[in-house]
This record gives sequence, structure tokens and C-alpha cells, in this order.
Amino acid sequence: MELLSGAEMLIRSLKDEGVDTIFGYPGGAVLHIYDALFQQSDITHVLVRHEQAASHMADGYSRSTGRPGVCLATSGPGATNTVTGIATAYMDSIPLVVITGQVQSDWIGDDAFQETDILGVTRPIVKHSFMVTRPEDIPEIVKKAFYIATTGRPGPVLIDVPKDLTSPTESFEYHYPAKVKMRSYSVVTRGHTGQIKKAVELLVSAKRPVIYAGGGVVQGNGAELLTQVVRELGAPCTNTLMGLGGFPGTDKQYVGMLGMHGTYEANMVMHHADVVLAVGARFDDRVTNHVEKFCSGAKIIHIDVDPASISKNIAVDVPIVGAVDLVLKEMLEQVRKTDLVADKDARNEWWKQIDAWRGFHGLRYETNDNGLLKPQQVIESLYKATGGDAIVCSDVGQHQMFAAQYYAFDKPRRWINSGGLGTMGFGLPAAMGCLVGQPDQTVVTVTGEGSIQMCIQELSTCLQYNLPVKIICLNNQALGMVKQWQDMVYQGRHSSSTYEESLPDFVKLTEAYGHVGMKVEKAADLDAAMEECFSLKDRLVFMDITVDPLEHVYPMQIKEGSMRDMWLSKTERT
Amino acid sequence: MRRIISMLLENEPGALSRVVGLFSQRGYNIETLTVAPTNDRTLSRLTLTTSGSDRVIEQITKQLNKLIEVVKLVDLTEGAHVERELLLVKLKATGAQRAEIKRTADIFRGQIVDVTSAVYTVQLTGTSDKLDAFIESVGDASILEVVRTGVSGMARGDKILAL
Ligand SMILES: Cc1ncc(C[n+]2csc(CCOP(=O)(O)OP(=O)(O)O)c2C)c(N)n1
Ligand SMILES: [Mg+2]
Repeated sequence: MELLSGAEMLIRSLKDEGVDTIFGYPGGAVLHIYDALFQQSDITHVLVRHEQAASHMADGYSRSTGRPGVCLATSGPGATNTVTGIATAYMDSIPLVVITGQVQSDWIGDDAFQETDILGVTRPIVKHSFMVTRPEDIPEIVKKAFYIATTGRPGPVLIDVPKDLTSPTESFEYHYPAKVKMRSYSVVTRGHTGQIKKAVELLVSAKRPVIYAGGGVVQGNGAELLTQVVRELGAPCTNTLMGLGGFPGTDKQYVGMLGMHGTYEANMVMHHADVVLAVGARFDDRVTNHVEKFCSGAKIIHIDVDPASISKNIAVDVPIVGAVDLVLKEMLEQVRKTDLVADKDARNEWWKQIDAWRGFHGLRYETNDNGLLKPQQVIESLYKATGGDAIVCSDVGQHQMFAAQYYAFDKPRRWINSGGLGTMGFGLPAAMGCLVGQPDQTVVTVTGEGSIQMCIQELSTCLQYNLPVKIICLNNQALGMVKQWQDMVYQGRHSSSTYEESLPDFVKLTEAYGHVGMKVEKAADLDAAMEECFSLKDRLVFMDITVDPLEHVYPMQIKEGSMRDMWLSKTERT
Repeated sequence: MRRIISMLLENEPGALSRVVGLFSQRGYNIETLTVAPTNDRTLSRLTLTTSGSDRVIEQITKQLNKLIEVVKLVDLTEGAHVERELLLVKLKATGAQRAEIKRTADIFRGQIVDVTSAVYTVQLTGTSDKLDAFIESVGDASILEVVRTGVSGMARGDKILAL
């Protein structure tokens, strides 16, 4: 048996858990841990420029690879800086293990230098948290933290480690547990066969079925099975903002994203469906519009790993609690075996109607004839330049919605955005995390001139670790999404949503950080510039693209309405 | 509707704050709360009363069940159960009031557990309604201080909440 200090046990436990990268930032309370990191070479540490970015990088790393992300921060301000990243991961059910230093045990509660009750601060935004009270508990706590973070409905877990418990002066016998036993935590796996049967009967005999799939399909590795189920059922499929790529975006059964900025056809299909199968989706308010008017004519089936998600916002008819992949697998078998046959005429009728809605096409925009780019054109050009196969991260705002609408994702874990919390500043660090986890992929972040400035300091980290993120900045010279609401709800009073000529020169700024900056102002230059950007394989490129500041995101559901109540342009509504 | 939710909780620091925090985070309301270790020192028994629509109660129990430290949970109001609360109340007791209070306490099967020349301390156990009724009948004018433990309870019969 080896003798290790608390700090060494922590790092060794991470290694034994299979961790290859930690995103972090040092400080007094974690110095012993950093010293232990220095003396080993199994785990790479990525030094960020702000702890918020460390938590977003760990998050991006996890979303793209499917493995848990790990970040490390010191006590007090280091820990509080991770809070936005923890909340972001919590809302989107992303497995993170966040390790924070804490002041030495006997100072806790004394308002010591850099003391914050980070367990208290983060309690509502973690799946669970631990305070280490004895160094010898560290391996078991780490094991439990990863187990809890990655199983069931995943989420962030925080481990707070007082400095004295990591001291190099004391050693303990190290043993990493092979398994965890927790009497109070059990994970549901298979769904109830009888419920699945009921669901299959409803779906097969439905006249107007639809499958509505969310982030749970991506996180729960159910995309392949979902695709087979949808094909087998012959029904249309829509994805949520979190679920894009869970079903191939170019498939003929796909009707686009649904919800507030969903496609016309997706929202129409939902509204008129007689059976809705929700998979790993949570009936978020950005999806349902007014809950009482939501799919009022439909029987609703809901598959989710979290029982608390079921019938939370919308009462469902057939709840199925279980891991999405296992439930879909059983569902697929049952669909293939069933004696029931679908009503062909009704289904043909349904598809005819869907094609008519598609023909009407809510995702349309008008180009300017003066050469001023529309943001949608930029996403279309990006799609072309990347062959539709990049990992696309985004920030939050209009640009995020344009990216979600106009980039068709054919695979899961290719679209990475903060859907639940809507965190501006997420895009760049998330993209960096993706690149650290998958250095061979093309990783893009679609951002706005507002969002990018919330974590722009990470351009420096990108240079240090050679992370060639392609930053596509849709520069509309405004907090566009805020401005859109002010146009629509506040008679155009743009209260604090513009910058009065104070924007930096992003090209120079990028160059100052040691990267390549490009400015695009004319539609005619776009495609060539995009090609050039992606030909610079090993360089971070910041494309500052001037886009029409007056553009709004449409469709947009009308508040208090049903799924089908939408603005389709500034002047037309359903 | 009023509900009595009772659970076995890991007897660990922070567990109680997660339960209580959940109620404030999600806008649920706790009317009474009582918690103490059980014969198994690693477990606490926590009982709380709350109220809300069936949907809200379903969410409360589901969300509580998701807390890692909640080992087992039951909504006692779903079946036959015994519930008890203990009340200690200090009452002004001078002159004719002394006999009157004694009589009322007897009717409610309360006990006078402490006496001074001017004050009686009455102890009473029963359902919350019974304690309310006692407080009502002695009247605010004579009440000096009230302390109630909050509701504790168990299912009737063979049903047990244990590991
Ligand atoms: C941290 C944070 N603060 C505020 C908001 C509110 N908000 C949502 S979108 C938006 C504007 C984003 O501006 P920009 O990044 O330029 O994107 P655009 O909408 O212009 O494409 C704001 C302020 C937010 N989502 N996140
Ligand atoms: Mg903008």
C-alpha cells in the first residue's frame, strides 16, 4: 500500500477515475494540490484566465466527449467565479466535478481570508456536494462524486477541500475504491415494459404522431436508437435547442427545432399532433409557450431518466422513467414486433399536411441588396465551409438562434450551447474545452460582439495551449436579442442595448493576443473569407463579421399563445 | 391540502440544509419541521408538514427523493397514520384563572408541568388541531409564551419506514 498526502490522493484518485485534463486556476488554498499536480504527468492542467472559463471549459469538454469535466479553483473568489459555470452545467444536466479549495478546517466560520461557504452558495445548483473532513476520505469522496455526476440525470458535483487536509506533511494509505455503495442513491435504468407497450400502442395507432426529442437523447447517448425508432414509426421528429443532432438535421422526417424560435412546421406539427412522444425533454417554457394551450388535442408520452421531470410542467398520459437509451431500445423491439398497423391514409394525410407547412416555410429571410450581410447568410456560409460537420458552440442571443436554425446537425454532441441558463460568455471557453477533448475536430464558436466580451480573456489561454478555435462573431453592434424584445415589446426604446461606438477593434484585439483577426463587411467577401478562416488549420481565427443590426429572429412564438401562435416576420403572424 | 411528509435522512452535516433549501428554492412552504436521530445513529427521522395542490406535492416528494441524503420517504397523509405534536404553553394564572386553567387542561388531558404563584406551564400532546383548540379555549389574553414541536408521525399498522 502506498502512502500519499491528501493532495496526492486527490490527484491520484482523479487519475484512477480516468481523468486526463483539469481546467483550473491556482491560489492559496489549493497550493498543495498544485504542487502535487506539478509532480506528476498523467493529468494535464489547463491554466485559464478566469475561473468562470474553467467551469465552462470542463463543461464543453464533457458535452463534446461524453466524459465528465473537471475543474479546480481556490477558495473564496476562485470558487465564486465558478458559480456561473456550475449553474450552466446544472441547468443542462452536464456531469462536472468541481474541486474548490477551502480555508484550513479550524478557520472555517471565522471569516478567514478568502473564506466563502461555497457549499452554501452552490447548494441549489449542484446535484450534490461534499466537504472533506478527513484526508483519508478523499478517494471515496472522489469516487462518489464521479458516480453521482455521471449517472441518472447527470449534473455537477462539488468537492470542497480545506487546505490543511491536503498538507504534504501527513501521509495516508491510498486505495481507490473499485465501486461505490450508497444506500440513498439508486439509479433507474430500464423502463417499465408495460408502459412502453402502452406507448407503442398509442404511437402506432396514432393518426398524427410526432416525436419531440431533447438534450436527454444527446446526453443519454440515445441518438442512434432514437433515429431508428423515428424511422420505424414513420413519424415526424423535432428537436429542442438542447437536442439538436439527436436526430439528423438533414433527414426527411426532421421538421426542425421547435419552441420559441422553432420552425413554423415544427410548431404546427406539435400543435396538431394527436400523440406526442417526448424523449429526454422537459417541457421547458421556451418550448411549450402557454402550458394550458400546449398540444391540447394530444396524448403525451414522456421518457425521462428523472422522475421529477415527468408531469412537472405538463401532465403526461404515459410516463416512462428510465435511461433514454435502454427505453428506446426496448421500444424499438416492441415497435418491430407489434401486430398493430398504422392507418396508412391518416398518415399520408398527415405527411401531406406537413409538407404543405414546410412549403410555407417559416425559416426565411430577405437579403439586403446593398451588400449588408444578414446573420442567417453567415451561418449558411459557415455550414458550407465546414461541410456541416464541425463542432459548433455558441453564446447566447440572436446569433445562437440563427446558428440553431440554419446549421443542420446530423450528429449528436456537435451543437454545444447553454440552453437552460442562457449564459453569455459560454461559447469561447466551451469551444476550448471541446478542442482539448478532441484536438482533431474543427471547433467553431458562433458568438456576438456582446457575448464574446464576457470571456474574451481566454484568447490568451488559447495561445498558451494552441487551441485553434474558429470564432464567428456576428457583429450587429448591439445586444441584439435584448434590442429585438425592446423593438417588439417596448416600442423600440433601446434601453442600454447599444454601445455608442465603444466596441473594440476585434481584429487588433485578436492580433494583440497573438492570433489571426479578420473583418468581413460585405456579402460578396463572405464565402472567400470563410474558406480562408478554415484553411488556417492551426490558428485561432476571429472573424468579425458585420451583420444587419435591424434583423430579428423569426419565427417567434407569441407570449401566452399556443404552439402555433407565431410571428413569422416583423409584419406577418399566424 | 395539508400533508405530512416523513423521511429517513443521512445523519450528516448539510443534509438538513439541503431539505430546507429545496423548499425555499422551489417556492414550496414548510409549516412545521421536526428532526432527530433514530435508534440507528447514522439516520435521522425528519417529518414536515406542508400544503399544496396534488401536483405541487408530487413535485415536492419527487424533488426530495432526488436529494442524495434522503434515504426513504413517505407521505403519511396518503394512508392511516398517527400524528402527534407537543405543546408547552405558559399561562397567566392568578385568582380564579388558576382553577379555570386547570379545568381546561384536564379536559384536553394536558398536564401542568411547572407552577409559580402567577404562572402555570401546561404540556399537551395530540394532533395539531387539538393543540389549536386548546390555545383557542384558553385565549390569547392569558397566554405568555407558546412552543410547539411540530408534527411527528407514523403510519398505522404494519407499515414501517425503515431500511
Ligand atoms: C450573462 C448574461 N447576461 C445577460 C443576458 C441577457 N441577454 C440575453 S441575449 C443578450 C444579448 C446578447 O448580445 P450578443 O452577444 O451581441 O448577441 P446578439 O443577440 O446581438 O446576437 C443579453 C444581454 C444573458 N443571457 N447572459
Ligand atoms: Mg450583438
